[in-house]
Order: sequence, then C-alpha cells, then structure tokens
Amino acid sequence: MHELFSPALIMVIAALAIGLARGHLRSAIVLLAPLLTLWAIWQVPDGVQDTVRFLSYDIEPVEGSPLRRLFATIFALMAFVGGLFAFRLSRWYELAAAFFYAAGAIGVSFAGDLISLFIYWELMALFSTVVVWCGGTPAARAAGIRYAILHLLGGVVLKVGIEGVVVSTGSVQITPMLANDFSSWMILCGILINAAAPPLSAWLADAYPESSPTGSVFLSAFTTKTAVLALILLFPGEPVLIGVGLFMVIYGIIYALLENDIRRILAYSVVNQVGFMVCAVGIGTQLAINGAAAHAFAHIVYKALLFMSAGVVIYRTGRNRCTELGGLFRTMPLTTVCCIIGALSISSFPLTSGFTTKSLISQAAANQELVWVYMLLTAASAGVFLHAGIKFPWFVFFQKDSGLRPKDAPWNMALAMVVFSAICLLLGVFPEWLYQFLPYQMDYVAYTPGKVIFYLQLLLFSGLAFFLLLPLMRRTETLSLDVDWLWRRALPALLHWLGTVFAPLLAGSKHLSDGGKRTAARLAEEYLGQPETADSEENAVFARSWTIGTTALWIAILLAAYVLIYYILPA
Amino acid sequence: MTEEPKEHWLVRPETIRKLWWGFSVVLALTVIAQLAIYVKGYFVVDGWFGFGAVYGFASCVLMVLFAKALGVVLKRPNDYYKESEGDDDA
Repeated sequence: MHELFSPALIMVIAALAIGLARGHLRSAIVLLAPLLTLWAIWQVPDGVQDTVRFLSYDIEPVEGSPLRRLFATIFALMAFVGGLFAFRLSRWYELAAAFFYAAGAIGVSFAGDLISLFIYWELMALFSTVVVWCGGTPAARAAGIRYAILHLLGGVVLKVGIEGVVVSTGSVQITPMLANDFSSWMILCGILINAAAPPLSAWLADAYPESSPTGSVFLSAFTTKTAVLALILLFPGEPVLIGVGLFMVIYGIIYALLENDIRRILAYSVVNQVGFMVCAVGIGTQLAINGAAAHAFAHIVYKALLFMSAGVVIYRTGRNRCTELGGLFRTMPLTTVCCIIGALSISSFPLTSGFTTKSLISQAAANQELVWVYMLLTAASAGVFLHAGIKFPWFVFFQKDSGLRPKDAPWNMALAMVVFSAICLLLGVFPEWLYQFLPYQMDYVAYTPGKVIFYLQLLLFSGLAFFLLLPLMRRTETLSLDVDWLWRRALPALLHWLGTVFAPLLAGSKHLSDGGKRTAARLAEEYLGQPETADSEENAVFARSWTIGTTALWIAILLAAYVLIYYILPA
Repeated sequence: MTEEPKEHWLVRPETIRKLWWGFSVVLALTVIAQLAIYVKGYFVVDGWFGFGAVYGFASCVLMVLFAKALGVVLKRPNDYYKESEGDDDA
C-alpha cells in the first residue's frame, strides 16, 4: 500500500459511496468497509511512513505505533458493529456522516503531525454535528447548533495553540509536552474541550441524547476517545490532568444520579469514564498510559453496548425517560441481558472488561503513592456501579411495570449487541488478549484473590446502598442545570436586557425634529460616508485611507501614551 | 412464562424476598472471605478487614445525599429551556 494512504481514507471513500449506492450494495459497503479499514490498519508498520512538504512544513499523514494502531482498531471495530446495529434503521446520510466521523477518528489516530491531526479533528467536528442533527427533532437541531459552535470554538483554540507551538519550535511534530506556556495551554484546552472536561463539559450531555437511537451509538465512541489519544500523545504526565480527571469522574456520577433521561444518564457516565482515562494520562507512568489506552478500548465497547440497549428501547417504545419506562425485561430479555453485561463492565465487575482495564489505572495511582487519587478513584468505582451499573438497567428494565410490552431487538441490532457483549466478557476473562497490544510491556496480574474480594465488597455494598436508598432516588420529571445554562439562558437573557436598555434610545431617534434628523444624517455622512461613496475619493473620516506617515504618527502617540501610563501607574 | 394473567415470577413478592436473602448471604460471604484471603492494602487502611464494604457503602450514601442536595438547587422542570428556545419537541 502507498505510504501516504491513511486507512482513514478507506472510510472516507466508503462514506461517499454510501450516498451513491442503494439497497443491498449500500448495506454491503456499510458492513465491509470497516473490515477493510481494519485490515489496512494492521498493515501500517511502526514509525513515520512518508513525509510531504507543504508550505515548508513536513506533513506526516501516516505514522504507526502500537498505541495508534490500538485506537484505530477500536474505532474501525466500532464503525463495523455500529454499522451492523444501524444499517437497517438509519437514513443513508446518517450512515455516511457516521463513516466520515469514524474516518476522522482513525485519521487522528495515525496523524504524525499537528496539521494532519487538526484536519481530521475538524472532520470529526463537522460530521459529528451532522449525526446529532440526524435526530430530526427541533430539539436535535438546536442541540446540534450548540454542539457545532462549541466544537468549532474548541477547534479554534486548538489551532491557536498549534500555530504558537509551530512558531516557537519551527516543527509540526507531535511530541510530548507539558502545559507550561500559552501555546501548549491552548492545545491542552482545545483537546480537553473534546474530552468533555470542565468547564465546557455540558455539550456532551446536551447533544448526544438528542441524536437518533442509532446516532448516539456512534457519538459515544469517537470524539472523547480521540481526545484521550491526543492527550496520551501530547501531554503524558501533565499533572493538571489528574485534577481535571478526578473532577470529571465525580461530576459524571453526581449528574447521572440526578438525571431522568436514559441516554443522558449514559452521556454523563461517558464523562465519568473519560475522567478515569484523563486522570491516568496525568499520572503518566507506563502502567497508567497502558491503563488509559486499555480502558479507552474497553470503554468504547461497553458504552456503545449500553447506548445500543438504550437505542433499542427508544426505537421500540418511543420513550426515553426513566419515569415512563420499567418492567421491559418481560418482553425484551436479550436487550436486558446485553444491557446488564454492559452495565457490569462499566462498573468494572470481575470477569468483565472494565475490571481488567480500570484496575490498571488504580494500580498506577497506588504505585505512585497518590493516596487521594487512589481513594477517589476507588470511591468513584463504587459510584459507577451506583449510577450506571444498577441505576440504568434497573429503571429501564425492572423497577415498576410500565405496562409496555415492546418486541425485543431486530436481528441486526441484537447481533451487534451480542458481539459487543461477547467482547466485554472475553476481555474480562482473557485480559492478556488486550494487554499484548498495549503500548508498553508490563508485568501485571489482573486477577489476584485479594483484589477480587476487595472489588466484590466495594461493588456489592454499593448495590446494597442503591436498594436501601431507592426511596431517595425516585425519578422526577426534571432536568438539571449544567454549565450550558450560561449559553442557553444567561446569555440570551443578557442580550434581551441590553435590548430593553437600548430600545428607548433607538425609539427616541424617531422623535427627532427635521433639523435634528438632518444634523444626524450630515454627521453620519461625514464620518461613515454614504454607502455608494464608501470607496470613492470623497471618503468620510472613518472610511478614508490614511498615509503611512499619519499612521506612524498615531502609533507613536499611542506608544508614548502607553509608556507614560506605564511609568505613572505603580508597578 | 405468560405474564398477562399472572405476575411474572421475577416480580412476585416471594421471589423478591428470596432475592434479598440470597443477596444478603453473598454480601456476608464477600466480607467473611477476607478472613481466609489476604487483601493487600496499598495505604494501610484499605487492607483493613471489610474496608471495601464500608468504603463502597459509605461513599455511595455520601454521593446520593450530595446529589440529592444539589438537586434541590439544580433541578428544573423538563420544559425549562423550551420557553426560551422555542423547541416544540423533546
């Protein structure tokens, strides 16, 4: 294969072909293209494949490494199983957008330089927005616009950082750095926005639950996990990330506990799980990085599985709130079992993939003697069982009898859930299958009797707490305010207030006398110019072009004023 | 397992009572097992007898109460944002 041909391009071609093909041919493309991509991913050898000169920068579109292949593998696998889940229900443009989105994620995985990374990053932002819009409701449209604004903003912040780094180092290479100057902080912030880190975390829980039942499966996988990969590549061992990660872990649990919308519960638990990974990147040891990578891999599988089970429920019942659901286990046994497997995995129950991957992170914290980090992560593990492990399946499938008797999942959705359930269990029972592909060699035993007993105590007593506190957790027909309140409520209110303040001024201008109007028009003409004369010789004051001498004079005056103020004001 | 005329076996009171008993036995066993199995503590306290059980239970109670308290401040009706944004669908 050509050295410059990123496996991501297969997904791009497939996404384009999905739009052109019809019927069985389209289904075949949806199902085969990710497998072909998977094959191509494993053909990429280690190291930079080739370099192209572009605007005097060395662009490296494809760089292989065990870490990059691991992330690309799970993204391609996700595209395959997600495609299997979605291909009969989704409209073609949702599938095409999801494939472009996956292409962006795989492209980021192999990007050897910051410019390629940025391009694929923005590809993800664009097409994930389309996936949100495919929810089709006015709420989805509005959430999609908010989502796009935040991600484009994040992209600008990232770009500012990249420009700064390129100017100061002269290189676009992706190399580990620490957040110690403006540019590296900007890069870190740009990545953290995509990781749903505070303070702009609300986009995730705002947008994902508004997408279609199939769209949220794709959305749960790519954006936050490419951010984790970017953090591993650029900021391993950055201490700020430990605090950020711990905040995300706790924030996700608390908000998920308050939530009534079933997919919003899962959305908050994405933030919670990504918090574990961000914290691991902050710890930064080889074991911690292995933990972050392994946990990202396992997380994509079980979180997609949980979103699939939620998607099936919404598809079959048309309802998405805990208060409207319950008792579905009677007629949806397969979905119930798959959901429970996903829920046990996210809670890192022994014999599931969560246990064998999350324990790496806790172990890394313990090895570095980070008492508080270890203790908080352990408490959070208990909390995950509480909010996602029991709460989610309990309120959807058990709880009360809602009277709903929906059919179980259609065959393709059922097959997708069974495949991911099997992966959850296999990685839990045979963790070395995943461990061998991790970036660093490690000597780690996943199962020791003591560790299993400790986690069983921790998790089962969390379960006891759940059932004893059940009266306190009665679901209410409410939503919870998050930081998105600032731009959904406070900002419009501020603009409205400004409008009411300035309205009298505008209204007053109507009552000017004829003379006043003439004076106003003359002043406007003198300073702003007439629209048709804006470029002509008789330009108004503000529209005139100035000689360089005048400009220099003004700069000198401003500079003098600045220096004067600088000396007058106390330092 | 026809559920229409009769309640599903899983939701009958006697089943739920049995489940509680079984669950309690399992809980007790996980703690008792620590007598036989050494649990390595990284920071002294986490090796104490039954630490996992107490810590898991206590942190969950704390988190639920904290969320409950926060809910008083943060919870709003479902249509809170609709009036300002003009959404007509949930």
